[in-house]
Amino acid sequence: MKKIINDPKDVVTESVAGFGAAHPDLVTISLDPVYILRVDEPVKGKVALVSGGGGGHEPLHGGFVGFGMLDAAVPGPIFTSPTPDPILAATIAVDGGAGVLHIVKNYTGDVLNFETAADLAAAEGIDVRTVIVDDDVAVKDSTWTAGRRGVAGTVLVEKIAGAAAERGDDLDAVAAVATKVNAQTRTLGIALTAPTVPHAGEPSFTLDEDEIEIGIGIHGEPGRERIKLEPADAIVDRMLEPILEDLPFASGDSVLLFVNGMGGTPLVELYIMFRRAAEVLAAQGITVTRTLVGNFVTSLEMQGASITVLKLDDELTGLWDAPVQTAALRWGR
Amino acid sequence: MSLGITWVRDWVTESARVVAEHRVELITLDREIGDGDHGENLDRGFSAVMAKLGDLPPDAVPGDALKLVATTLISTVGGASGPLLGTAYLKASVAVGKEPELDGAALVAMLTAARDGAVLRGKAEVGDKTMIDSWTPAVDAAAAALADGRNEVEILQAAADAAAAGAESTEPLIAHKGRASYLGERAIGHRDPGAQSSALIIRAAADTAAADFVPAAGSEN
Repeated sequence: MKKIINDPKDVVTESVAGFGAAHPDLVTISLDPVYILRVDEPVKGKVALVSGGGGGHEPLHGGFVGFGMLDAAVPGPIFTSPTPDPILAATIAVDGGAGVLHIVKNYTGDVLNFETAADLAAAEGIDVRTVIVDDDVAVKDSTWTAGRRGVAGTVLVEKIAGAAAERGDDLDAVAAVATKVNAQTRTLGIALTAPTVPHAGEPSFTLDEDEIEIGIGIHGEPGRERIKLEPADAIVDRMLEPILEDLPFASGDSVLLFVNGMGGTPLVELYIMFRRAAEVLAAQGITVTRTLVGNFVTSLEMQGASITVLKLDDELTGLWDAPVQTAALRWGR
Repeated sequence: MSLGITWVRDWVTESARVVAEHRVELITLDREIGDGDHGENLDRGFSAVMAKLGDLPPDAVPGDALKLVATTLISTVGGASGPLLGTAYLKASVAVGKEPELDGAALVAMLTAARDGAVLRGKAEVGDKTMIDSWTPAVDAAAAALADGRNEVEILQAAADAAAAGAESTEPLIAHKGRASYLGERAIGHRDPGAQSSALIIRAAADTAAADFVPAAGSEN
């Protein structure tokens, strides 16, 4: 393991401390327990959005705290969901009287800890609603698995629901928008290499030099199959097929196309993928009207990428375009 | 019978020791089918428990210690195992109530409540390749030992043996819950880290009971 760290146990707190120092105009931080707040919290009368999950996926979620998006982010230890205490503390800190929406990725630990925190917050008199994000088409949603995971599509849910909250929607309406975005979002990821969790010191899994894993989650967990490395276009075609047949997207649809890097893949490769994905969609009569390319939901230094397609309508397009001012997404303000 | 607060303290202390000792093994098992944090998380949780164990008042009863373990694990472990194991200890604490000494029936009730708590939270069944594959055979073996008229130590030893076998039995299984469920058939051949850590904790209960046990007055020994 070769990493720029001090003690593996301090990775998340030192990173959050640095994040706070780097963005004092956007956030305030708490280190005990660990959470990140929008600088002007609580915003009176606005529905507050809280998300979180294991650390190691930066800029998710702290990078999306700010005007027009999240009110708080709660990072747990690397790849481990936060415990209920910091989730509760962040929830209390951001409640501006209009209620709090928890945006939770569908991983067993995240769901259980947010559920407990929501119960505790309700006992404090805070109106909490939860939306579970499960955009990953690699996992068949059945009784045989823990269900589809929440992966890169989480960013789209956070941005659009955040814009709905910022324009003054009430808790029911913000939750409804978040649910709608999740319902219309599909993602598939691939990995070329494994991440190394600092406290483990060794890669989480092994892939041969010529192998790729199709259908990974954001910790590298597999979903579909392991195949021999192919040219970029063939990989993209393979990734889009289950995405497009799942919703299904139809000719005439407008979509947001999002190519996300997992941390170890350079932008040059992500843009090669984007180019092909846009071609494939165009050939099917699907118009890409909004785009996002970059490292937004990562898995430490894992090489890999995911493709996300969100079916847009006028409302979602408007909310996507609404101003946002966070460390990792910023426009219109 | 003499399994009281001293035993629970010893059990918790021994649990912390074996979790630390097996930290790397649990991380490795979890790397194979999960995300490699199980040993780290449990070690962090039990280290926090050890730091608080001294805060228990001198007149604490077993239920108080179990509740302390529950709340500490829930607030420090995170992931899925924090709420699952935390709920198990919480329900165990409720099951033993304010009793200062635990007899065989109380131990079986405690183990049963712990298992039921984990099932309530995680909704897993035997065969899903989770900690329940350790807990349920342990509960069944403990109940059978109680019915056979075994003493407290023997009941816990039966539970520990069954939990160890249960952990081993997860190796050929496909996971249906938690992160390992995404592996499908590729989970086959790997032991579930949660089942393994639960077996270690239940073994710690038996080992410390054997060391601490003083037979009830009048019993043969």
